[in-house]
Amino acid sequence: MPTPPDSCSANVPDAAGRFGQFGGRYVPETLIHALDLLAVEYDAARQDASFQAELDELLKNYVGRASPLYFAKRLTEHCGGAQIWLKREDLNHTGAHKINNTLGQALLTLRMGKQRVIAETGAGQHGVATATACAHFGLDCIVYMGEEDIRRQAPNVFSMKLLGAEVRPVSSGSRTLRDAINEAMRDWMSSVESTHYILGSVVGPHPFPRIVRDFQSVIGRETITQCREQFEGLPEVVVACVGGGSNAAGMFYPFIELDGVSLVGVEAGGRGNQPGDHASPLTYGSPGVLHGSFSYVMQDEDGQTCDVHSMSAGLDYPGVGPEHSYWKATGRVDYTTCTDNDAMHAFDTLARLEGILPALESSHAIAQAMEIARNRSSSEQVVVCLSGRGDKDASEIARLKGESLG
Amino acid sequence: MSVIDQLFVKLRNENRKALMPFITAGDPDLEFTAEVIQELVARGASMCEVGIPYSDPIADGPVIQASYTRALGRGIKLADLLESLGNVSPQISAPLVTMGSYAIIYRHGIEKYADALSERGVAGMIVPDLPLEESPQLAKVCAARDLSLIQLVTPTTPPDRTLKIAETSSGFLYYVSVAGITGERTELPPELVERVSWLREQTPLPVCIGFGISQPEHVKLLAPVADGLIVGSAIVRRMANVTPKNRSTTLQEIGDYVETLLSALE
Ligand SMILES: Cc1ncc(COP(=O)(O)O)c(C=O)c1O
Repeated sequence: MPTPPDSCSANVPDAAGRFGQFGGRYVPETLIHALDLLAVEYDAARQDASFQAELDELLKNYVGRASPLYFAKRLTEHCGGAQIWLKREDLNHTGAHKINNTLGQALLTLRMGKQRVIAETGAGQHGVATATACAHFGLDCIVYMGEEDIRRQAPNVFSMKLLGAEVRPVSSGSRTLRDAINEAMRDWMSSVESTHYILGSVVGPHPFPRIVRDFQSVIGRETITQCREQFEGLPEVVVACVGGGSNAAGMFYPFIELDGVSLVGVEAGGRGNQPGDHASPLTYGSPGVLHGSFSYVMQDEDGQTCDVHSMSAGLDYPGVGPEHSYWKATGRVDYTTCTDNDAMHAFDTLARLEGILPALESSHAIAQAMEIARNRSSSEQVVVCLSGRGDKDASEIARLKGESLG
Repeated sequence: MSVIDQLFVKLRNENRKALMPFITAGDPDLEFTAEVIQELVARGASMCEVGIPYSDPIADGPVIQASYTRALGRGIKLADLLESLGNVSPQISAPLVTMGSYAIIYRHGIEKYADALSERGVAGMIVPDLPLEESPQLAKVCAARDLSLIQLVTPTTPPDRTLKIAETSSGFLYYVSVAGITGERTELPPELVERVSWLREQTPLPVCIGFGISQPEHVKLLAPVADGLIVGSAIVRRMANVTPKNRSTTLQEIGDYVETLLSALE
């Protein structure tokens, strides 16, 4: 591997979709023309004030933005260190950050004159957010979802159906997010002229990692403004969980050139550090190609994708967005892991002390923030991206705890 | 001139067309793969495309996906696969090319992979997820070893881009008949003949058509406008139920099937 560049730029990706050496486009030729058109359309939309105004209006009145930055007083006291502040993406319409991206991409779909939308989903939050955006705009919506995830995120499956989407179960491979992305890509191979693929994280071929990051960056931009208003400064540390990496990218990106702020990404540590027991490519993997981009990935020595594990469906993914690989290579963001057990403990703690049920994904970030806060002084601030709410996880948590619902 | 260049010079001189079967390596085992390759070349196939099983093949339909899953399930390793190609290649008169994801080639090391192919007498490679913009480095590595790096053009490729791809491809140009994934189709797109005819006027490179081709009628329709035809899923499907008992009858069946296509080529 080349030596890491010593500075980290926010001015990425380049025209080829590269974040340093990461990113690019490793997909069949069939998709290239559509990706080119998408990049052009997105550039035009970005410079179109009416596009931005329409999205802002939706984010305000439909999603309920800005999401609050909430001081978790009892959690802070419990940890006995730095102040813990929660960026409440769980309070968005549909209960997670995913809607920030799906509304933006649905508007792009309309601009491109396409009527059919496909998406993949793991936890079901992106599926629900896509189904919601499609219902709002009257677009046809098909969501691919692994059978294992259909089982563990059943409430979201039903919601998608209520919203008028068709949920197509994926039975290949590990029957999780990775396989759902494969199936969505295959659909797109045949439908690319009439269909837009609303990818749900900062993964995939260029320009997806950039588009999703930009639409999610509203999280970090609001956070900066709110920190200045609520504690007249910037936090010492910002923490987010990393599955594909979209809530983390959206939170971190506006902070990238604010050097005084430490950024910490938390991967799913699962049951331990053995291959197959976790979903932590940045921590335990190496650079390679998966789902159209060059980034850290869990692969065997032949380049076959490894099975991974996380109790949280949204983090149960062997790859990660290329910009995170770039941030790791430049040293701008620290990446660490949190086990299933620690995340579950953080879930319980937040529920009891703050009256907030976090998503299992977000619970990984909460656990790490608690750890960081313990080792810092009460004059310091740690901001956590609370990426989603935990209602979707209730039955899975009951199962994991060996309890029955109700 | 590479081995594939020589093949097409010869075929064009003789006014003949190539038939190129695709076979998944290691389904159900590498011995069977070698036997199928030898059988098909003996029946008259001009080239063979060897699929390297991959865990996440997004350009492939259910038939080839399933065969990759079977091969991987039996623990096939790239090193063994390459070794077995080295054993077959001296025994056949037709060039072999690999079809494999860039994920695998990158992990192996692109120079190491190219060296492995040339040392084992493999003539070239198709890398279905390595588009034009990402391919210059691998193209250089291949050129230095006289390996062909066969590029793909599809119905969604705009004309100016098609010309650029044709300039960088070596060996032949792979025209993907449909916007979609691999798999047998009864109907091929009505504009296919016209598109390939146009393409052949634009480039001196031989043009072979693949995806969806499975019936003698397809062969009759397309052979006149192309330099070669590629048949995958229709063959791989016939390998799905190989058991120790029916190996030789399956081999025979696949051979007979390919022969029906070969006679339609005449
Ligand atoms: C609430 C929540 N947080 C986090 C994630 C992980 O995705 P990402 O890393 O793209 O934010 C998901 C994915 O489904 C999610 O639903």
